[in-house]
Amino acid sequence: MKINFTLNSQNVSIEIEPNLRLLDLLRDRFNLTGTKEGCSIGECGACTVIMNSKAVNSCLILAGQCNGAEIITIEGMESDGKLHPLQENFLKSGAIQCGFCTPGMIMSAYALLIEKKNPTDEEIKEAIAGNLCRCTGYKQIIDAVSQSAKEIKINT
Amino acid sequence: MKKQQLHNNFNVVGKPAIRQDGYSKVTGKAKYADDYRFDGELYGVMIRTKASHALIKKIDYSELNENRFIKAIITADDIPGSKKVGPIKQDQPIFCADKIVTPGDVVAMLVGEDVKELRKLTELVKIDLEELPVLDDPQKALENDSILIHPDFKTNLITHYPLRKGNVEKGFKQCDEIIEQTYTTQLIEHAYIEPECVTAIPGEGNLKVKIIGSIQNPFTTRKVVASVLGYGLNEVEIIQAELGGSFGGKDDTMNILSARAAIAALKLNRPVKIKYEREESIIESYKRHPYILKYKVGFNKDGKLKAMKIDLLADGGAYSSMSSFVTWRSVVQATGPYEIKNVHTDVRVVYTNNPYTGAMRGFGSPQPIFAIESLMDEIAVKVSKTPFEIRKLNGFKQGSLTASGQKLTGHEVTLHKVLKKAVEVSSFDSKWNDYKKASGKKEGAKQSYINDSLILNKNDFINPDQFWRKGIGLALSYRGCSLGAEGIDAAASYVSIQPDGTVYLLSGLAENGQGMKTTFSIIAAEIFGISPDKIVYLEQNTSRIPDSGPTVASRATLMGGGATKNACEELKKRLIKLLVTIWKLKSGKDLVFVNNEIILRSKKSKRIEFGELIKQAYQQGINLATVGWYAGPKVHWEEETGHGSAYFTYVYGCQVAEVTVNIGTGEVYVNNIWAVHDAGKVINILGAEGQVYGGLTQGAGYALWEKISTHNGKIRENNFDQFLIPTSKDIDAIHPYFIEGKEKYGAWGGKSLGEPTLELTAAAIANAICIATGQRFYNLPINIEEMLLRRKLYPESLTRGSTS
Ligand code: FES
Ligand code: FES
Repeated sequence: MKINFTLNSQNVSIEIEPNLRLLDLLRDRFNLTGTKEGCSIGECGACTVIMNSKAVNSCLILAGQCNGAEIITIEGMESDGKLHPLQENFLKSGAIQCGFCTPGMIMSAYALLIEKKNPTDEEIKEAIAGNLCRCTGYKQIIDAVSQSAKEIKINT
Repeated sequence: MKKQQLHNNFNVVGKPAIRQDGYSKVTGKAKYADDYRFDGELYGVMIRTKASHALIKKIDYSELNENRFIKAIITADDIPGSKKVGPIKQDQPIFCADKIVTPGDVVAMLVGEDVKELRKLTELVKIDLEELPVLDDPQKALENDSILIHPDFKTNLITHYPLRKGNVEKGFKQCDEIIEQTYTTQLIEHAYIEPECVTAIPGEGNLKVKIIGSIQNPFTTRKVVASVLGYGLNEVEIIQAELGGSFGGKDDTMNILSARAAIAALKLNRPVKIKYEREESIIESYKRHPYILKYKVGFNKDGKLKAMKIDLLADGGAYSSMSSFVTWRSVVQATGPYEIKNVHTDVRVVYTNNPYTGAMRGFGSPQPIFAIESLMDEIAVKVSKTPFEIRKLNGFKQGSLTASGQKLTGHEVTLHKVLKKAVEVSSFDSKWNDYKKASGKKEGAKQSYINDSLILNKNDFINPDQFWRKGIGLALSYRGCSLGAEGIDAAASYVSIQPDGTVYLLSGLAENGQGMKTTFSIIAAEIFGISPDKIVYLEQNTSRIPDSGPTVASRATLMGGGATKNACEELKKRLIKLLVTIWKLKSGKDLVFVNNEIILRSKKSKRIEFGELIKQAYQQGINLATVGWYAGPKVHWEEETGHGSAYFTYVYGCQVAEVTVNIGTGEVYVNNIWAVHDAGKVINILGAEGQVYGGLTQGAGYALWEKISTHNGKIRENNFDQFLIPTSKDIDAIHPYFIEGKEKYGAWGGKSLGEPTLELTAAAIANAICIATGQRFYNLPINIEEMLLRRKLYPESLTRGSTS
């Protein structure tokens, strides 16, 4: 089957098999390997991308469901050579160790910031509760998201 | 929390710095093992049996004959060199040929282009097995009639470490009180978020094979692959892809996967990739050793420890892996950081048919620390002292003798400093007193509920909110740095200044996510007086840098940091010599390298840009590249008596945990953990704090939730829906504090932190839970089953849960 959708602000169209997962579509067909696979059952969040402004586990979404959708991946976060405040603050807060969870974390945080301008720490924790990180203990990630929310508010 | 300021005379060291690999990681550009693609690559899929222990009678591949999806079936027959490998005993087959000893065992690998098809085809292989009795209880492993897992060794004993000091029997006779107690700890999985992945590519020219993968210890992998293929070390090249977490876990498993991929790649002359799904990662990879810990301690009325008899039994599972090293750390640390005249310790690790166990962050220390720190609190109760007082009374001081008879000198013994600081910042004593008063009381509960067991009767209804109780607990440790008498301890670091003043850096140790590249860049930046972003850390490749041993034992900062510092100082010496000539100085002692310049201290107007000096050095033909080397001093160990200078230096740490427990439902919430660590000089502050947050969180998971249960050797929790690791919502606040004890080794005395952070947390939480509930729990994890039933619900069958 053929699907059309927006991928990181570009209109794309591609022929796919009906059982293809969104995760594989991104990694194998578009070579967007920033989206990671950690569990394949919707538990770890490493594969999180934005679909129509919501964070989804791309390992649980069929590529076919993306027809007409707007998808954003980690590769779409940097614009004109400038990092998104979330990326900037992940760097500054030390929110990265091995970095395998990082793309998924940033996408979950991004979905939160689309929805809420002033998230509390509790809301941030809730938003990333489906993203497992084995390295950081989450603290510096929560700081980075909270700081980003503040900066985005000032700049908009 | 206010950020802790580390006072120092450094410009870069101890200040926040952006990670070397940060940009590529936040943009998704960082390449992990599965992000590499090669033209014509094939995939390998494993064939396992359903047995835990069985003889292989016959394997019938006939249904796969002429199958168009299969390019090759790789078995033990394809191995040109060593068929079995292992760091100490070569007991682990690359492919099993005659026997299965644990469910993770692999008999063959199907290779082809389409992974999905290959996975389906594994069902068509017919394996004829003769099942053997399954040994899944380590306590039965040494019985005379026990079946032998590896009959060649004639025993299921992997290693036994005795330690004898003084005379315990006499000691017990002379003391006022004796406590005997048994503790157990569980099997857990590392749970790196990236499952194992590796690609082997046939080499060109003299290079026989190149391997890129999620590899923790590239030099160990090279050794294994070379021996399996029968090649020289210089014919095999290992490149470490960006590593998605390891925690000790991507060593043996990755060596074997690399060897399997390499065999296939060379046979088919095409790149071969192996990528594990989470389930097979958990089934095949090694784990943390479960321990049974028996302690008998004698002490006086005042709480002074007199004698301790310790008997530890670790389950090594089906292969020996790093068991002998892991349990050696246990024998050194089993008494905790306490002065005891008479000690009698035996640590044994045995083979069973359970999943095999090996290196995992903490490495044989979290288990005894849980036991000894629980025990110290029990002793405190007996002698009416606080947890602080009992540790203060017995804790190591400068010059104390350890259980192995090593005198603690040559570095600052900061045990009492970390203890005092932790108690202060957490307001330990007052909270401990308050919480103890309310401990375990169930006011407002039905009479039937107030009994020994916390579990409710059938018709009881409780309002869970009535039963929240708070608790606070502490744990204290000393930890030997680096490998100790476990092995040769040396590391290399390559530094090369380019003509424009930028710098290449590469050490023989590996970045596992912990931030080592950044730490070493900070060291180089400090010495050259340049900004860390002028330094590019090179790709980890075994062909480019001397073998520096494994990146384990929290040794990277200490050993690699020392090597990096040596290399940079050597180059700096050459630059100073040059500048002394140019400026016609008597000596270089007044030259300061700072802010991209070199300044003459006595005459501030005299200055030169770093880049300019480098240009001149190149013009003079000065060599600005070198390999720095750092070797640890000699240590020794007597195997028969357990005497010796186990490690050349130690670190000290204390953690306090504050929890809220619902004594009606068994839920535990971790409110606060204060962590005070002496890691020596803190070089990379963001990284150090990250180690604390991450290590404590793993430690809390170990205390409360994580458990791999096995039934006849088979694993139940094979994905994250059942193996529960901490999420963002499980721990409220973590407060790191650093004490920088004086140390002569390493870079300005920068020592170890990664493992010390993890080893204490479960013990501190267990002690806090005891204050909250008024009950002591002896078995990890202290999950709801443990809390309410005081036993673990082992699975009757493996079919529970959603994924198996
Ligand atoms: S891979 Fe999708 S949630 Fe884990
Ligand atoms: S940084 Fe390693 S899993 Fe999050």
